[in-house]
Parts: sequence; C-alpha cells; structure tokens
Amino acid sequence: MQNNANTFYNEILTEHNLHPYHKHALPDANFELEGVNPNCGDDIVLRLKVEDDVIVDGAYEGDGCAISQASADMMLDLIIGKKKEEALRLSDIFSRMIKDKITEEEREELEEAGILQDISHMPMRVKCAMLGWRTFRGMMETDQQTE
Amino acid sequence: MGRDITEIRADFPLLTGEYAYLDSAATSQKPQVVIDAEKEFYEKYNANPLRGLYELSVEATKRYEEAREVVREFIGAASAEEIIFTRNATESLNLVAYSYAMSKLQEGDEILVTILEHHSNFLPWLNAAKRCGAKVNFLECDGQGRITEEAFRAALTERTVLVAMTQISNVLGCENDIKRFAAITHEQGAVFVTDGAQSVPHIPVNVRELDVDFLAFSGHKMLGPMGIGVLYGKRKLLDKMPPFLYGGEMIETVTRTGATYAELPHKFEAGTVNAAGAYGLSKAIAYIRQIGFDAIREREDTLTQYAFKRLRENPYVTILGSEDPADHHGILTFQLEGVHPHDVSAILDESKVCVRAGHHCAQPLLKYMQVPSTTRASLAFYNTTEEIDRLAEALGTVRRKLGYAE
Ligand SMILES: Cc1ncc(COP(=O)(O)O)c(C=O)c1O
Repeated sequence: MQNNANTFYNEILTEHNLHPYHKHALPDANFELEGVNPNCGDDIVLRLKVEDDVIVDGAYEGDGCAISQASADMMLDLIIGKKKEEALRLSDIFSRMIKDKITEEEREELEEAGILQDISHMPMRVKCAMLGWRTFRGMMETDQQTE
Repeated sequence: MGRDITEIRADFPLLTGEYAYLDSAATSQKPQVVIDAEKEFYEKYNANPLRGLYELSVEATKRYEEAREVVREFIGAASAEEIIFTRNATESLNLVAYSYAMSKLQEGDEILVTILEHHSNFLPWLNAAKRCGAKVNFLECDGQGRITEEAFRAALTERTVLVAMTQISNVLGCENDIKRFAAITHEQGAVFVTDGAQSVPHIPVNVRELDVDFLAFSGHKMLGPMGIGVLYGKRKLLDKMPPFLYGGEMIETVTRTGATYAELPHKFEAGTVNAAGAYGLSKAIAYIRQIGFDAIREREDTLTQYAFKRLRENPYVTILGSEDPADHHGILTFQLEGVHPHDVSAILDESKVCVRAGHHCAQPLLKYMQVPSTTRASLAFYNTTEEIDRLAEALGTVRRKLGYAE
C-alpha cells in the first residue's frame, strides 16, 4: 500500500480538492451531464467540449466530499486532450482499479488518479471516487450533446 | 449515579475496546446481560412460542409474554394487549399507517407531520395519504427546533385525521411537548402518533400521562437487540383496526374462504415472532431501570454540556439547534467549515472515533435548515469525557489533514 492506511487523505488528494484546476464554468461546452450520489449529497455537473472525437476541454462544478471532487478533477487532468475512445478505455481501467484489480502498468496510465486505488478498502466511498467517471461514461454512452 | 462509570462500562463488551463510540442515536451498545439473554433464550427456552402445547414451547411463550409485561410497565400502558412487538420503530409506524390510516383516510383528509421527522415517521404517512387521495402537511420549527403551540394550532384543520410527531429529534435533539400537542390534537378529534425512537431510551415516557394514541420505538436504540421493536396503541383503536400482515399466528379459525382473527395483541403479530429479541429487550429495560432515568439524565446532560464546550473551542464548528446543551439530549449535529461530513467521519475513524455522517434520514429537515449534510455525535450515559476529548482532538486535525492551513 502506498500510503500507510493511517490516512487516505494524502497531499495529492487534498490539493485537488482544495485547489481544483478544472472546477469552473465552461461556456463553450457541447456535452453536459449531472451526476449525483443521493446518499452522500455528492453532486457534480460535468461539461466537456468535444471536437472530432477529441476532448479538447472539460470542467466540472458542484459540491461533495473531498474524494468525489478530487477524483473528478484528476479525471479531467487525465482525459483532456485525449480521444474519446482512449478516455473511455481509461475510465474502464479506473473502475476496474476500484472494483477489482489492475496491473501496475495500467495504474501508471491513470497518473494521479491511481492514488485512489486504496478506496477499494472503503466500500462506502467507492461511489464517491466513481462519481466523475460514471458521469463521464454516462455522457458518452447517452450522447448528451447540447446544442 | 449509584454505580461508578468504569463499572458500568465494564458491562458493555464493546466499550472495553479501543473505539470511542459516539453514535448511540443510530444504535446503542449492548450490555452483557442483554447479549447473554439472547443466548440464554436459545440455549434454554427455544421452541416456537404460542404454538406448541408441550412444556418447552410453553416456557418460550412465557418468556415472550413476560417481556410484553415488562414493556407495558415500562411505558405505563393500561394493558399488555396494547403492546405489539414489531421489528423496529419503522415497522411500528408502518403498521399504523397501513392498518389505521389507510382504513380511515378519505379523499381530502389531511395528515400533519413536523419537519423534524425521521423518514420513518414521514414516508409511511405520505404513502398512506397518496393511496387515499389525502394530503400530508408539514409543520415547521424555528432554528432551534421548537414548535410553538400557535403554529401547531394553526396547522391543524377540520380535515386533520392524524398527527405524527417525534418526541425527540434525532438531528437537533430537541424535545417536543407531546402531552400538550396530543391534547390539542384530541380536541380536534384526530389521533396522535408519537415516534419514541430517540426518547424512550433517554427519558421516562408514560403513555397514559402523555395520552398519546400510538407510540413507536426500537429495542436496539435502548440497549436491546436488533430486530425487536414496539408499537403501543390504545386498545379502543387497535381493536377496530384490520390486521397489518396476514398469515400464521394471527388467526382464530381459517376456512377456504376466510378467517377470523386473533385477539390483541396477536392480531398484529403474524408469523413466528422474535421471542429471543423480546426477552433480550426485557433485560435491557431491567438494566435501564437499575441505572435509573434520573442518573441517566444527569450523566447525559453533563456529557452534553462538556461536548458543547469542547466542540465550541473549535472556531470552525457550528452545532445545529438550540444554544443550550440541556435541549439536546446527547445529540450534537454539527458542521465543520469547508469539510464534507463524509470526510469528517472518515478522518475521525482513523482515530477510532465513531460518528454518523450524512442526512440522518431527515432530508426534509436538512433542506429546511439549508444544510446539505452534517456530522452527528450522539451520547449515552455510558460515554465518558475522555471519549469526547478524543472527538474534539481528532476533529481539530481534520482541516489540516485536508490541506487547510489550520
Ligand atoms: C427519530 C427516529 N425515528 C425512527 C427511527 C427508525 O428506527 P429503526 O431504524 O430502528 O426503525 C430512528 C432511527 O434511526 C429515529 O432516530
């Protein structure tokens, strides 16, 4: 385990929570979807700007626990600039990391988002970590394109 | 208190461990006598109560019915037939909603609930109302959780058939003047249902003195086992109500086309009952009586005051509800500025401090108070000031652990 189970709230996580890069409005977004965890009160609105199947920009707004907010922020770090298919592949790795197992190489592909691996030991928080990713997937699958 | 706190804590196996357990409003810890009682039932008396005609089944039945009598006496009911065993307060309230409310409500009737209610004392009424074309009205409280007599009178209407009110709020800890509200309700000709889940464990509750029509509570919040709860109902109402669940044990005779139902209380206890749980609950009540409500109240008030003092030392903490600790009955629901309650409780958990985080099954209340979600520490007589110190100290580290400068 990379961070002594003693505290899960390491610097990377708290930095993304307190000083998120991607928590802002995105007026020229062409995709938008709200994701909620009704039980926790985590609530985000994810917005992406996708051109020719490339995620050229993205942002989120909302409230929730540090894990849900930091996870959404780290996700955007990772997927902005990537092709939609590639981002979906990463989203698959992320959810396998949390629900099951992944290889060390796969974890490296997730960059900072890989720090959430240990959340699998905290079943009540899995949903928090998944919120951003689940919303992203929902958005791509249902094609929530805004006009 | 007659007995020393160290001695009392030694009665609770889980309290001898490393946890600071501050979530008694969710469920209380259990003394050894209660744990032993469940075991003893299965070791010595186990048979299906109320069915077998052999000695062992008679013994099982005796333990079960003696427990009913213990509960009757504890809440001052007129007769043991008015005590119905259920699984928990939620089931007790549903029983009244399905059996009483749904057979009584007419289109356009109204049910009055307060904004303080736990979902368990709201959703059953909403469901009953929807099915009958009736309506649920909300009675709001002030910022301290108080409901005034004027507001109450103003909310009651000609069409109010039933009022559902908690005696103690599981979020704000405040106590409603049940006796007065029940009396006003009766003037109006409506029935009064009290949720005693948070009161029965902490203060003496006497149903005849309060003159409520129904009272619901759970064994597991008052030192008893999980899976046993109580519904008290006035006999004249229970007698006229149709059964709630149908099946074995609640009948007199059954033919191919119909059945006649058993007398109270068995009419409302379909299927094999939780006799071991009832027996355990009777031992929990005996334990509470031995400590005594005076001592319980005194100790819980002292602890609540201390917890207020310690939490108020933290400038980022805001406690919901009354400013006066005496109004809180051991319940401290708070917010820590800038930190989501789930993160608060996860970080407290790292120090083995157990508190509840979330909406406490009272979403309409939190929405009304404009707080999305909160952390709750709830105390019982078996807690100590050291445990509160652990809470205050761990709470003091939370913001820094989340990257704030202080
Ligand atoms: C005020 C109140 N009412 C009802 C309940 C429901 O109790 P139970 O879950 O045991 O049915 C609770 C407990 O959570 C409560 O605090």
